Amino acid sequence: MMSALASPTMLIAAMALFGIGGVGAVLLRKSDRLANYWSSAFALFGSVTALVFAVSMLASGQTFVAQTTSDSFPLLSFALNIDRLAAFFLVTISIVTFFCSLYGIGYIKQYYGRYNIGYLGFLYNLFIVAMLLVVTSSNGIFFLIVWEIMSLASYFLVAYDRHDPENVKAGFLYLVMTHIGTAFILLAFILLYVHTGSFDFTVIQAAMPTVPAHIKDSVFLLALIGFGVKAGIIPLHIWLPAAHPAAPSHVSAIMSGVMIKTGIYMMIRLFLDVLQPAPLWWGIVVLVIAVASCVLGVLYALTEHDIKRLLAYHSIENIGIILLGVGSALVFSALGMSGLAVLALTAALFHTLNHAIFKSLLFLSAGSVIHATGTRNMEKYGGLIKLMPATGLFFLVGSIAISALPPLNGFFSEWLTFQALFQGIAQTDFYIKWLFIGVTAALALTSGLAVACFVKAFGVTFLARPRSQRAEKAHEASAVMIAGMAGLAVLCVAVGVGSSWIIAQLQTIAQGVLSAGDHATLVTVTSGHILSIAEGFATVSAPLLSLLLIAVPLVVWTITRFGINRSQRVTTGRTWDGGTDLTSRMEITSTGFARSIILIFRGLLKPSLQHSVEYEDAASRLIPRSRSVTLSVQDVYRRYLYRPVFIGFIHLSHWIKNGIQNGNINAYILYILVVLLVMLGLVGVW
Amino acid sequence: MSYLLWIIQIMFVPLVAPLGVGLINSLKARIQKRRGASLLQPYRNLWKLFYKDEVISRDASFIFRFAPFIAMGVTIIVGACLPIFTSTLSTPMSDLLAVVYTLALGTFFMALAGMDSGSAFGGSGSSREMTISAIVEASFISSILTVAFLSGTTNIAVMSAGLSPGSGNFLIPIVLAFAAFCIVLLAETSRYPFDNPDTHLELTMIHESMLLEFSGKRLALMEWAAANRLLIFSILAVNLFFPIGIAHDQAVLSVLLGISSTLLKVAIVYIVLAVLESTIAKYRFFRLPDLLLVAFVLNVVAIGLVL
Repeated sequence: MMSALASPTMLIAAMALFGIGGVGAVLLRKSDRLANYWSSAFALFGSVTALVFAVSMLASGQTFVAQTTSDSFPLLSFALNIDRLAAFFLVTISIVTFFCSLYGIGYIKQYYGRYNIGYLGFLYNLFIVAMLLVVTSSNGIFFLIVWEIMSLASYFLVAYDRHDPENVKAGFLYLVMTHIGTAFILLAFILLYVHTGSFDFTVIQAAMPTVPAHIKDSVFLLALIGFGVKAGIIPLHIWLPAAHPAAPSHVSAIMSGVMIKTGIYMMIRLFLDVLQPAPLWWGIVVLVIAVASCVLGVLYALTEHDIKRLLAYHSIENIGIILLGVGSALVFSALGMSGLAVLALTAALFHTLNHAIFKSLLFLSAGSVIHATGTRNMEKYGGLIKLMPATGLFFLVGSIAISALPPLNGFFSEWLTFQALFQGIAQTDFYIKWLFIGVTAALALTSGLAVACFVKAFGVTFLARPRSQRAEKAHEASAVMIAGMAGLAVLCVAVGVGSSWIIAQLQTIAQGVLSAGDHATLVTVTSGHILSIAEGFATVSAPLLSLLLIAVPLVVWTITRFGINRSQRVTTGRTWDGGTDLTSRMEITSTGFARSIILIFRGLLKPSLQHSVEYEDAASRLIPRSRSVTLSVQDVYRRYLYRPVFIGFIHLSHWIKNGIQNGNINAYILYILVVLLVMLGLVGVW
Repeated sequence: MSYLLWIIQIMFVPLVAPLGVGLINSLKARIQKRRGASLLQPYRNLWKLFYKDEVISRDASFIFRFAPFIAMGVTIIVGACLPIFTSTLSTPMSDLLAVVYTLALGTFFMALAGMDSGSAFGGSGSSREMTISAIVEASFISSILTVAFLSGTTNIAVMSAGLSPGSGNFLIPIVLAFAAFCIVLLAETSRYPFDNPDTHLELTMIHESMLLEFSGKRLALMEWAAANRLLIFSILAVNLFFPIGIAHDQAVLSVLLGISSTLLKVAIVYIVLAVLESTIAKYRFFRLPDLLLVAFVLNVVAIGLVL
């Protein structure tokens, strides 16, 4: 039974289902409803099939390899290699796509009559198939093809709501950035090909001892930039806060939840698997980037009042936390501490899974809010929990999970990441120890700020009174949308309670990636699901923690309600208003809430404040007609990093146009002659 | 015996905490040349509030209704995980990070409840509270981490068993980490110079402004939870950094010694707090990060000295 489920037929079936969904949607494009149901239903079937396949692969522990290579046409070569790591990412992707497709059935309805639903269904299914192939391919060329399909499909999805010029602009930025990334990846693979003679990952890995160190280092840097663009590390993140809000919400959920993880997947695959053994400084570089991404990511999230941009910046933060695990694993394996490397990689994988779950939950519930209010601006929300209680509850669950508060899943993966860093402090030498002390402090700061940011996000959106007419008329999401969110919310709880079991499974995956045997086991699960690190340095029990956090408040409630003063009268009254009329303008706003934190970190965030006054009479300037204050945070990356490069390119192309490409045929013939001579000379030298 | 110890362990924080608030208030009154209320006044206040009727804002949602129970429940859970009088009662709940984040869960719901009623005070109080607790968290974790590395475990209940008392090498990092932890204590429990626990003046209050809309039983629970929080941090301060007198076995005599030494040490902390609050002024809000930075630097030096 198990072997039947784990057979490649299941994978092919999943791909076929997505294919039928996509092509069928295009054929049914005349009818919006049919196209929506068709494509979403097949995406659901495909996700379930892929999930069953990947879970049974993990359960049986086997590896599936398929290859067709032709030497004359390397472009046609096709190679799949599904080991435990790939199967884990397949599980993550298919869980998220399942619930997003379910949610999509209801969410897509708002596009009926405005856009072509058939093409949306086609691109959506194509996008998922490409993601599934990205994490299973084991050949550089084949990988690049599916990677490009994934990028292009997601580009069209980002620009899908094309009547808003902002979305088209965001899509273009994403297209440019992602291709810069692809260019770097291409260079990395070509370098590897030149020195190993193959695009196949297993062949490259086998030939690794013969590759000179400086080539490996260049491949590392190229791949770090290339995959870093997709993962959204700072400072390569600029497309992320623009593109994620632009896409339809169920697509944003997939992009933020799993697409950016394909960058993480390839970093783990290359740095910890294919390119091993790695020098120590790789890990240090990854750790430094991770610290920058998580601290700056959460700080920028605090400055946002666009709910989807806020969530997008939190994705950057969480990618940083995942990379803390990956970077620590690199450092530990370079120092020969395989047990610690397994611990750090386990933490990274667990946080990957958890972030996929709670971030897609948050994007979906933000999507319901946007659907109900018609705006992404949090200042226009307020009091929504009374109008949309289910969505509010799910957003609350997501907020608790992403803030790493117990007993939900986010806490346990952050706990594990902390343990890896603590062990780094305890067991390494002087300089590396100080590095880990700094990294630990950065992670603690990040998680503290994340709690503040989600108090802001949840409080400003769902609590107090509505601050706009649209918010007053908000309505609850439809049943399928609620079902999609509910599934993810339940998973947040279940993965939290069952975290010790899941961590034990992930540890075997990490051991497989790092080729570390069972002797290198730092995480042990003792009786009663108690998770224990390094022989009792740290222990935690997820079921006990969950039980107590639910039971004790309930006991307190029961005693206060029924034990003391049972005849108490509870009346509903107005909030104390100090004698004035309390309007919704007196509530704290998103900007106001985060202002003190922004001012504390003004050295990093560079906030600016502009006053402007318009007068009734420009000449006398006595009576102001309107006063406005503009608060903003500088985009330092565009200003100091991207703009100079951009200006440089403009200068270069002017120089080429005026200097070299001057329209003079004689000059062109001269160029040809020069090139010919140089080539002849080179041949002579060879 | 063990059951009895567990009962003492669980009941200790909620039962003793109001007494501590009474001690601080009466000491402050004495310093101000007033006679002040009795030490038991906080218990009477709680009794009074529990028997009052209650008004809930019509703008408030279920968050406002449930936050007091969560806030109180969290302090009871964490209170039961502490090394109060013995290092022999340990559960996996006593993990350093589990304790820190469980407390943060209480703060999370309290801040949301502050925003829930839609008053201007509640929102600004939540904003200030979250600002301080966001920055203080790194110092909180790292000051206890210093002791954890010295004793070889992050389980705070048994941490003191791993420390051999009187060993000279530990003294400097422990004193530094303790100094840092004292700043964390003042920030996390809303005392001077971070917050003024006595005032309802809108410009200065942080913690109190989140509670403005609460009344009756819910206000009683919120105030009780705040008192518990103060006791939790005081016990952490004295029993993690200076575990003198704490029982390492379950014999009656050592348990009694443990309880009395903890009461004595916590009383000293409370006396210092009362003197501090009578002699210094509250800091301006934007000067607080400087103080927290001091705490952070102390911690980094302390951890560096341990290893």
